[in-house]
Amino acid sequence: MTEQILEMKGIHKYFPGVHALNDCHFELGAGEVHALIGENGAGKSTLMKILSGVYTKDEGLILLDGEEINIGSTLEAQHLGISIIHQEINLMQDLTVAENIYIGREFLKGFVLNQNEQDRRTNELLDSLHLSDIRANTKVSTLTVAKQQMVEIAKALSFQNTRILIMDEPTAALTESEIEDLFSFIRMLKAKRVGIVYISHRMEELKVICDRVTVMRDGQYVGTRDMADVSISEIIQMMVGRVIYTEPKTSSAVQLDAPVVLEVKNLNSRDVKNVSFQLHKGEILGLAGLMGAGRTETARLICGADPMDSGEIYIKRKKAAIRTPYDAVQEGIGYLSEDRKLFGLCLGLSVGDNIALPNLETHRRGFVIDDAKIRRTADKYIRKIGIKTPGFYTPARSLSGGNQQKVVLAKWLERDCDILIFDEPTRGIDVGAKSEIYKLMQELVKNGKSIIMISSEMPELLRMSDRIVVMCEGRATGELSIEEATQENIMELATKTMEGEMK
Amino acid sequence: MKTKKLNMQKILAPAALVILYVFFSITGRNFFGMDGLRQILQSCYYIGYMAFGVTFVIITGGIDLSLGSLMLCSALVGCCAYSAWGWPLWLALILILVIGGLFGLFNGFMVAKLKLPPFIATLGTQMITLGFGSIISKVRTMYFPSVGSVDEWFRSVFYIHGQFPTGVLWLLGAFAVGWFLLNKTRFGRYVFAIGSNEEAARLSGVKVDRYKIAVYVVCGLFVAMAGIFYGAAYTTVLPGKGNGEEVNGIAAVVIGGTSMAGGSGSIFGTLIGVLIMATLKKGLASVGLQAHWQTFFTGFVVIGAVLLDIVRNNAALKSAKKQVQ
Repeated sequence: MTEQILEMKGIHKYFPGVHALNDCHFELGAGEVHALIGENGAGKSTLMKILSGVYTKDEGLILLDGEEINIGSTLEAQHLGISIIHQEINLMQDLTVAENIYIGREFLKGFVLNQNEQDRRTNELLDSLHLSDIRANTKVSTLTVAKQQMVEIAKALSFQNTRILIMDEPTAALTESEIEDLFSFIRMLKAKRVGIVYISHRMEELKVICDRVTVMRDGQYVGTRDMADVSISEIIQMMVGRVIYTEPKTSSAVQLDAPVVLEVKNLNSRDVKNVSFQLHKGEILGLAGLMGAGRTETARLICGADPMDSGEIYIKRKKAAIRTPYDAVQEGIGYLSEDRKLFGLCLGLSVGDNIALPNLETHRRGFVIDDAKIRRTADKYIRKIGIKTPGFYTPARSLSGGNQQKVVLAKWLERDCDILIFDEPTRGIDVGAKSEIYKLMQELVKNGKSIIMISSEMPELLRMSDRIVVMCEGRATGELSIEEATQENIMELATKTMEGEMK
Repeated sequence: MKTKKLNMQKILAPAALVILYVFFSITGRNFFGMDGLRQILQSCYYIGYMAFGVTFVIITGGIDLSLGSLMLCSALVGCCAYSAWGWPLWLALILILVIGGLFGLFNGFMVAKLKLPPFIATLGTQMITLGFGSIISKVRTMYFPSVGSVDEWFRSVFYIHGQFPTGVLWLLGAFAVGWFLLNKTRFGRYVFAIGSNEEAARLSGVKVDRYKIAVYVVCGLFVAMAGIFYGAAYTTVLPGKGNGEEVNGIAAVVIGGTSMAGGSGSIFGTLIGVLIMATLKKGLASVGLQAHWQTFFTGFVVIGAVLLDIVRNNAALKSAKKQVQ
């Protein structure tokens, strides 16, 4: 066993209303690649943000070489030798590699930049990392994404004594051969006794590159295993095997011959590949998959937010030409985005004006907006679906997440949309509001509405859906009736990448 | 408590106006009285129209830098039609509106359809209109009818009739139209929605592109009106002028509390902003400070108004956060 460099013990973190991390553990040896996995929202990012100084822990111990440390800021973390490589590349594309690596700590000769020294040091660093095909004066924008990532890593290692490297989904944007490059690079780092925390959703990858795996679930530590002793299905079981606090649906009340209200055929776009499915009247269709599986992208095609390359949409058996969100709204499709603040609400406008936004046609007299009617409508929904707000005049900004979600819902209910797309309807809202949203959704389908629900929380999918379509890498990899769906077989379909099928 | 804060925001600019007026009434010579008041109002006309127009644009989160040169371009071309081509005056006035509307359409098309940043698109239009006016008028100075000429009615309808400043009525009329458009129509509601969150508005089924174009057209029409009032006030229109005037229009909007970030603002605020600028202009002159001093102080007022806006926004954000917790 390698010597241990890092130990995190009994870490707790509280956010307003949420116990985000509950007694979490993590350890890392020198020259070890340690996978940290869990579903979205399991707490991996929070734990790593504590390690890299973005958040501070509320309780617990962090030991570096057996000594207790306190990490107050990202700068302190860097001084302690802890660096994080984010999923997105944070390089300045128009600057050279050397300029990027030494930004903020340029070599100076008096007032003048000492470019030669900077380039020399950079090349030394790159050579020491066997990256001799990247040179100090190369412009970053001319490098491939994989190489750029390696420049990021080189930058992290250019700080003195960097020994712990956190990599968040490093392969998300890489091609097959680039991943191979990255892996040999990681092996080289291992040889240099750098400890690496490797966050990824791709199970096959973990098997290839990682020594140990720690699984988290719902902000809790589940366990740590040696990679050699554990199978992928065991890991999946650890990820999803929570105590299910809500009873999953065991059977669907929707008849198989219920009328089809929406059918999509062979939808294609940059991120969506040949997706087809049907939605029945009164049904909740779950769209499952991991982040980046193309679920939101599919929803955005259906509601006209993005242009599709090819594909057909039928509403109530009639072909619909949906090119803009306006068309989708006319067809009775309402989209509740996962990012309410970005796509759902005009935060500065009042609750009433937000609800009225798609409904001004019915809230005017001639050219004049009927503010009294807007007020009545808003009051109706404030009562009916329990929007907690001081009044219809309150800016949407000051409402809590759950209530903002209800405002978006009220928009579409007033519009009398028959098809509602809920994209991560309960993300970032507290438990109480969650069950209210669930209740609302159930009432909606009882009243003949149909719902597509995108969710990354499997218990939520299993509890709400009548049928589940699973997506992976832009394709629909399977469809499960609620009777046959389990967390395990959903996860299996959600990780069914093309890799196996491609030559 | 909350409503009180809201009122404070609305009262701040009018209060500043009253304070300025009282201050100069006490310290200035020939400031207080009907004459002084009329002079203040008369210097509001064309700036007021520009400001009303650009208020819509700024609330959508855009900007229009072509205000000043478009105002004079449309006036110049209209005047050219009247005095050089022999058009009847009423037709020339319609031509002015058409030109304002068309350049507004051009701005809107560039911003909404070609996705050019409003700053760049309207900067281009600023130069285009500057040149366009000169080209059409063949770089001649044009004259609107003045007192004693055949079309004398022009000046008395749009500027002053005897001692009565008829332009004030038009300004108030424009205020009423602008207020109605912004507060009482679907167009106005969408203007706020687009400025607050364009993507959310689009996903709600608002034809964002179409409304953005409409906003620039409305602005162009208001600016063309400003051109008419400019012509009525000064009667002489020089080619190649007008750039620089847009800052007065934009400054008035900003002083009136409309946020440059979009999503919030009011026509009433803009009216107050215009009046503050006019009062400052007349007031500084009445204490013996000339034009360069007026520009100097107006600059500080603009910066102060924006600073205030930032402070207010931060405070509002904080109280909103508190409410949530």
